[in-house]
Amino acid sequence: MNTLTETASHDTEHHHGPAKGIKRWIFTTNHKDIGTLYLWFAFIMFLVGGAMAMVIRAELFQPGLQIVEPHFFNQMTTVHGLIMVFGAVMPAFTGMANWMIPMMIGAPDMALPRMNNLSFWILPFAFLILLASLFVEGGGPAFGWTFYAPLSTTYSGDSTALFVFAVHIMGISSIMGAINVIVTIWNMRAPGMTWMKMPLFVWTWFITAYLLIAVMPVLAGAVTMVLTDKYFGTSFFNAAGGGDPVMFQHIFWFFGHPEVYIMILPAFGIISTIVPTFSRKPLFGYPSMVYATASIAFLSFIVWAHHMFTTGMPVFAELFFMYCTMLISVPTGVKVFNWVATMWRGALSFEVPMLFSIAFIVLFTLGGFSGLMLAITPVDFQYHDTYFVVAHFHYVLVTGAIFSLIAATYYWLPKWTGVMYDIGLAKLHFWCSLISVNVLFFPMHFVGLAGMPRRIPDYSIQFANWNQLISLGGFAFGLSQLIFLALVIKACRKQGEPVPAKVWDGAHGLEWEVASPAPYHTFTTPPEIK
Amino acid sequence: MAEQNSHYYVPAQSPWPIVGAIGFFLVAVGAGNLVAQLSQTGEAGWGRFILLVGFIILLVMMFGWFKDQISESRAGLHNAQLGVSYRQGMSWFIFSEVMFFAAFFGALFYARMISVPWLGGASNNAMTAEVLWPSFEAIWPLTTTPGGTTTQAMGYWGLPLINTIILLTSSITIHFAHTGLEANKRKQLTLMLGLTILLGMSFLVLQVEEYIHAYQDLGLKLDSGVYGNTFFLLTGFHGMHVTLGTLFLIVIFFRVLAGHFSPDNHFAFQSASWYWHFVDVVWLCLFVFVYII
Ligand code: HEM
Ligand SMILES: [Cu+2]
Repeated sequence: MNTLTETASHDTEHHHGPAKGIKRWIFTTNHKDIGTLYLWFAFIMFLVGGAMAMVIRAELFQPGLQIVEPHFFNQMTTVHGLIMVFGAVMPAFTGMANWMIPMMIGAPDMALPRMNNLSFWILPFAFLILLASLFVEGGGPAFGWTFYAPLSTTYSGDSTALFVFAVHIMGISSIMGAINVIVTIWNMRAPGMTWMKMPLFVWTWFITAYLLIAVMPVLAGAVTMVLTDKYFGTSFFNAAGGGDPVMFQHIFWFFGHPEVYIMILPAFGIISTIVPTFSRKPLFGYPSMVYATASIAFLSFIVWAHHMFTTGMPVFAELFFMYCTMLISVPTGVKVFNWVATMWRGALSFEVPMLFSIAFIVLFTLGGFSGLMLAITPVDFQYHDTYFVVAHFHYVLVTGAIFSLIAATYYWLPKWTGVMYDIGLAKLHFWCSLISVNVLFFPMHFVGLAGMPRRIPDYSIQFANWNQLISLGGFAFGLSQLIFLALVIKACRKQGEPVPAKVWDGAHGLEWEVASPAPYHTFTTPPEIK
Repeated sequence: MAEQNSHYYVPAQSPWPIVGAIGFFLVAVGAGNLVAQLSQTGEAGWGRFILLVGFIILLVMMFGWFKDQISESRAGLHNAQLGVSYRQGMSWFIFSEVMFFAAFFGALFYARMISVPWLGGASNNAMTAEVLWPSFEAIWPLTTTPGGTTTQAMGYWGLPLINTIILLTSSITIHFAHTGLEANKRKQLTLMLGLTILLGMSFLVLQVEEYIHAYQDLGLKLDSGVYGNTFFLLTGFHGMHVTLGTLFLIVIFFRVLAGHFSPDNHFAFQSASWYWHFVDVVWLCLFVFVYII
């Protein structure tokens, strides 16, 4: 997006347009530049992680071992997961936050702009290390994105130390990013932007940021213990020394479950922004949306062991975590209800962001339902570690988090670039993605229920037909994203009709009051909030 | 909020963040290589040089970044709103540090209350104990691990108690340094701040003593099972934080001598003192849960 506008507002003498050339991007303290960097980085990582998924699906096209070594297959599943979670979804949401939060609350920038630059620029280095570790002798991390001990301690390769330090850097980046969001929202709101006037995207990110600063340090603790167990003879996760491998899972999932909400709460905010615009009605139940988000965040801290039902916890713990998990579906249900109620009797129109949002509502809910099935302890004994779990979390993450990110891009891209993207291509992207994603993930429910285990490069012959279909869906979904890439590049090159400040006639919010493309500095003097 | 907003301060571009990013990168690569090399060959390879260069770059970055920051602040570029942002940022950073320690305290509680008793047959694990390590006795401190490693426990009397008193006192002295600053009593400020630094350093010296005692007399080591692990990682990370806090205070001390800070503008001093109180509270938890109980 290096042709972004140079029209800085010249109302104050201090402010200049962007610096020229590469320096602009390396030294920048501008929230829009940093948002752009985050988004492009996330997109590139999405394609890299996607390429790994293609390797996985190629191997699983047929039963038996054909294309890659099992050890390499394990590295692919591991690094695919790590990249998608930490390199694609999280940075993409942070990019959205950087671009939109200051504009939505009428602030001139993020509260701590230099730290903002640092939190972005350490990320590419972290992923450079992670990707480079694939080429270390003995290979990269191969223990799953969840790096359970003892796979990551006793049985892992020499690259584990690199993995640990890369995760540390990702954590530092997320924590700094989250602190920035928190401080910006506390301290930089324009006068009159009271808490209950804040757009929901701002609210959901505010709560997400708290989840981040609460659990990313715990992840840092977990990788540190893996490091010392592997290299310095400690026995946190080793029964012979008085520790317990299951303790790893407790620590990891104490981070891990809030982490999945870190990846979905901002998505809720996006959907809550887009649906009212194209329903031409205010969001139904705004306060209940805020409270539901807060309750989900709270509950997400007391459900972690639903990932561990089969580890042999005491029955009391199994029941406690089962009921708490089910409780989460109440606030989640409130949200889905409110989105549907917003559309109810609205003057609906189906622009591309709305198409993706509606797909989100339906398909994310489907993922929530399979989550509910998994939450039932005795039933999970059968489903655990099968493709059913893979289906569940891809419905919530791909048709959930990723679809919301795509919807957000289609919603705000004209504001960023000043031109309308190619709507024909966008619709093609939507239909291709929608169909292929379901061909890809829906049959995973069937093979999962029938007992096909996850993270294994081979499978029993009776799963062959469905797996072929799944792989075809996978390739199609992967290719469909290239349409998106082409479309975004075109829009960044300003190929398209110029758009007015208010791109969508039903839209509300401060971001639509500034010109399109948004000037380099917005709101150097605080706006009037009605 | 309303009044301050009319003049926002948006800082100019800065080279320091990218320098810092490169520093982090080299530290991670260097440390990753060093750790792997050490465990494979017992010898440090090229990783240690990269690690060192990384650390130096990080130091240079901090120095440069803070220098710019200080000169901007003293040039009056910062406004009250930015001060609030810094304070809030610092408090939430400290909160994230609390959560980092929480992970290790969590491991300690889990080991004490779940994994060790279960290995001894508690709950429904009688058969586990019988089959795996029938002679294992579940006690805390875990002086004999199921695998047979033995050690002695570290008492709380003596060095740890003295260290507790030292840190508690230092929290009081930093408080009086702060009141001195606010009342513009520079002498009290310098004296109390100096005292705090001395107390911090003595804490560190005594902790080194304690580690030597643990290794040489008690046979309590990093690899002496989960008791030794939690002991050394908790006290070790705490010690690292005390070291950082002391360095932070030393920088503040020199800035005080150079006449920096005023009764109503002293963010750096305040964050150093918050950090110090935080380190102190962590120690109190450590003293109770690692040493006494
Ligand atoms: C109604 C809400 C939800 C419920 C009841 C639920 C329940 C569960 C349960 C019980 C599992 C463990 C299955 C097993 O391993 O046997 C699981 C796995 C998972 N869930 Fe959910 N979930 C919900 C929503 C979400 C959301 C919103 C996300 C992310 C955006 C998510 C992401 C994941 C992931 C990534 C895993 C698999 C982790 C792994 O083992 O690799 N879930 N879920
Ligand atoms: Cu979960």
